[in-house]
Amino acid sequence: MPTMSYIDAIRTAMMEEMDRDENVFVLGEDVGVKGGVFTTTKGLYEQFGEERALDTPLSESAIVGAAIGAAMYGMRPIAEMQYSDFMFPATNQIISEAAKIRYRSNNDWNCPVVIRAPIGGGVFGGLYHSQCPESVFFGTPGLKIVAPYRPYDAKGLLKAAIRDEDPVLYFENKKSYRLVSGEVPDEDYIVEIGKANVLREGDDITVIGYSLPLRFIEQAAEELAEEGISTHILDLRTIQPLDKEAILEAVRRTGKVLIVHEDNKTGGVGAEVAAIIAEELLFELDAPIMRLCGPDVPAMPINPPGEKFFLLNTEKVKAAMKQLAEF
Amino acid sequence: MSVITEITLPQLAESQVSATIDRWLKKPGDWVDVYEPICEVNTDKVNAEIPSTVAGTLTKILIGTGEDVPVGTAICIIESEGSGQEDVAPQETEEANHAGTLATVAATTGSDVSMRQRYSPAVQTLAAQHGISLEQVQGTGLGGRITRKDVLAYVASGAREVRQLEKAVEQTSQQVRTTGIHLSESPKIPNIEIDDSYAAGRGETYIDVTPIRNTIARNMRQSVSEIPHAWTMIEVDVTNLVMLRNKYKEEFKKREGVNLTYLAFLIKSVVNAIRDFPIMNSVWAVDKIIVKRDINISLAVGTEDSVMTPVIKNADLKNVAGIAKEIEELALKTREGKLTLSDMQGGTFTVNNTGSFGSILSYPIINYPQAAILTFESIVKKPVVIDDMIAVRSMANICLSLDHRILDGVICGRFLQRVKENLEAFNLESSIY
Repeated sequence: MPTMSYIDAIRTAMMEEMDRDENVFVLGEDVGVKGGVFTTTKGLYEQFGEERALDTPLSESAIVGAAIGAAMYGMRPIAEMQYSDFMFPATNQIISEAAKIRYRSNNDWNCPVVIRAPIGGGVFGGLYHSQCPESVFFGTPGLKIVAPYRPYDAKGLLKAAIRDEDPVLYFENKKSYRLVSGEVPDEDYIVEIGKANVLREGDDITVIGYSLPLRFIEQAAEELAEEGISTHILDLRTIQPLDKEAILEAVRRTGKVLIVHEDNKTGGVGAEVAAIIAEELLFELDAPIMRLCGPDVPAMPINPPGEKFFLLNTEKVKAAMKQLAEF
Repeated sequence: MSVITEITLPQLAESQVSATIDRWLKKPGDWVDVYEPICEVNTDKVNAEIPSTVAGTLTKILIGTGEDVPVGTAICIIESEGSGQEDVAPQETEEANHAGTLATVAATTGSDVSMRQRYSPAVQTLAAQHGISLEQVQGTGLGGRITRKDVLAYVASGAREVRQLEKAVEQTSQQVRTTGIHLSESPKIPNIEIDDSYAAGRGETYIDVTPIRNTIARNMRQSVSEIPHAWTMIEVDVTNLVMLRNKYKEEFKKREGVNLTYLAFLIKSVVNAIRDFPIMNSVWAVDKIIVKRDINISLAVGTEDSVMTPVIKNADLKNVAGIAKEIEELALKTREGKLTLSDMQGGTFTVNNTGSFGSILSYPIINYPQAAILTFESIVKKPVVIDDMIAVRSMANICLSLDHRILDGVICGRFLQRVKENLEAFNLESSIY
C-alpha cells in the first residue's frame, strides 16, 4: 500500500471522483490554473479542463451559491473555500439554503454539494488564516461535517462526501497537508460518513478527538505507554452526525475520557461529546469528563510565542492525559 | 434507579480522630429514616448515636462492632430505593474485622488520602455489581482514590471470595455480651409488648432498652461500682435570694428573653466555692489526682425518659445572667434532642436541680469520673430561730455526694459552708450582671 501525504490523498480523491463521474467539478479561488494556494487541486485543470476546475471571483457566497444551484441541478460540485476563515460570507448559503433544501422542498430537491475548507493554525497565518469554524456550523441539522485526520480517511471521506446526496462540509487541516502521511490504498474505497474509528486500544484512559490534534494524542500515547499508561484513542472522523455508539463504547472502555480539539472550548464539538457521555454514561464514569481545547480568545496570535501558546502540542496533550490517568 | 450512599464516621468533636463502633442499631436489610440512629459509637469521651444522613435501606455494614476507625471512614452503605438487595445477603455484614481492612487502612492513612472516600459512579456501580465493600480496596488514584481499575483488579484477585470464607468462619463464634443488650441485636426505640399468655388478667410488659437508657445504665453502674460514694447535706437560708430574684424576675425576662432561675444563682455560688476549693474540681487517676483548672459545670437535665448532663463551659467566667441564659439554652436543646457531643463534653462538676421536681433531699450518683455532685432541693418556707426569735424563712437543702478517694468530710463541709455563704450573701443590692 503506498504511503501518501494528507494533501495528496485529498487530491487523489478528487481526481478519481472526477474521472469516475463527469458531474463532479471543483470551483473556487485559484483552484484552476494555479492549482490552489496549497496545490490541493494541482493538475485538475490540466486533466479535466477549465470547465471542471473553475476559477471564481473572490466571493465565497457566490462560490457556495453557484455550487448549491449546480448541485440541485444534478451536478456534484466541490466548492473550495481557500481558508475556512473566508467561509463566513457563505454561511447564509450553507446554513439557510444548502442545509434546508431537502426539508423545504418536501424531499423534492436535494443538494449534493461538498464544501472543502482548510482549518487550523500553526502556519503563522494569524487571525484570518488559522480559524477552526466547526462550532459555527456544528449543530445545524441538514449538514454533514467531516474532519479527517489520517490520509486514508481524507481520501475515503472525500469520496463519500462527493457521493453523498446531501451537503457535506469537508474540513481539512492545512497544517496536516504535508505533516501527516500514511498508507492509502490504490483501489477505490470510501469511508462511511458518521463512523468514528479506534486509532489505538487501551484501558487506562480514553481520548477522543478529530483532525490534527490526534497526531499529538498518538505521540503522547506512545510516550505514556512507556510509563505504563495505556490509552484508548477514538478518531471521530465525522463530527456531524456524531458516532454516538462509538463514543459511548470508547468511554465505557476506561471510564475516563479526555476530549481534544483545536477549536475553542466553549460551545465546541467537545461540549456536545461531553454532554452525550454525561447523558448516557454517568454510572460508568470514573473521572470527571475532561476537555483540552483552544483557549476562548478571539483569534490565533500572529506572533510565534502567542501562536505556540494558543495551539495544542504533544506536551500539552500528554500532560492532560497523564493528569487524567492519575486521577 | 437506586442511590447508594456511604455513611461515614462524622467528626463528633474537634479533637476526635477516631471512634469505636459500639453497637449497630440496624441490620442489613433494615429500613432507615433520615436522621434515624444507625449505630452507637464510643469516643474516649462520650457515647453517641450516629444518625443516617439519608433515608433508605441499609445494605451493608462496613465496620464491625468493636472496631476503632478514623473519622471519615465509611461505616455502612445505605441504598435509597432498595433495589440491589439480592447481592447483599445479611451474612455479609460482620466482615470488617479481618486483617485486610486493617492493612488497607494502615496503608492508606500514611499518605495523602483526601480522595479516599470519593467514589466515582463507575466505582460505585462496579462495587454494587460485585458486592464489594470498597473499604477493602486499595486506592491507587489521586489522593488515594479508588479507581475503576482498582475495583476490577480487586475483583480479579479473588480477595472478595476469601473474605466471604473468613466471614463464614467468624459467624460461628458468638458475640460477647457486655451490657444489657446483645451486641448482634438491634434494640430499638422502646417496643412495648404485653405478654397476654401470662396468668389471666396480669401480664408483664417488656420495654426494650433504648440506646440512651443503655448508656445511662452503663455510666451509673460504672460510677457506683468504681467510686466509693459518701454523702452530706446542708441547709441554706435563701430568703434574701428569693427577694432578689423576685425583684429582677420580670425585668430580666423582658430584657433577656429567658427566665432568671434560682439555679443560676446556685451555680454561681457553687462555682465561686469551687474556686476557693479547687480539689472539688478533680478526677481520681489511681496514682494521682488530677485537678482541672477549667470549671465546667455539668447540669443534669431530665426528660420524660432520660437524663442528660450538658455542660456550661468556663462557668467561672460567667455572671448570673450569662449562666441563666445558658441553662435555658441547654435545657431546650436537651428536650428537643438537639444536644451535640460538644455540648456534653468537658464537665468537671455536676449540679442537679432536684428541687424542680419537688425533692427536699436526694442522694445523687456522681457523674463519672468527676469528684462530686451537688443537688439543690426545693425551697420551703419554714419557721427558723434567728437571734432566739422565730422567723419564717425560705430554706433549701443542698446535698453533696463525693468521691471519698479524693474528698473527705472536712473539705466538703468547708466547701458546702462556702456555697451556703455565697448563696446567703445575695441580697437586694446584688448585681446579676
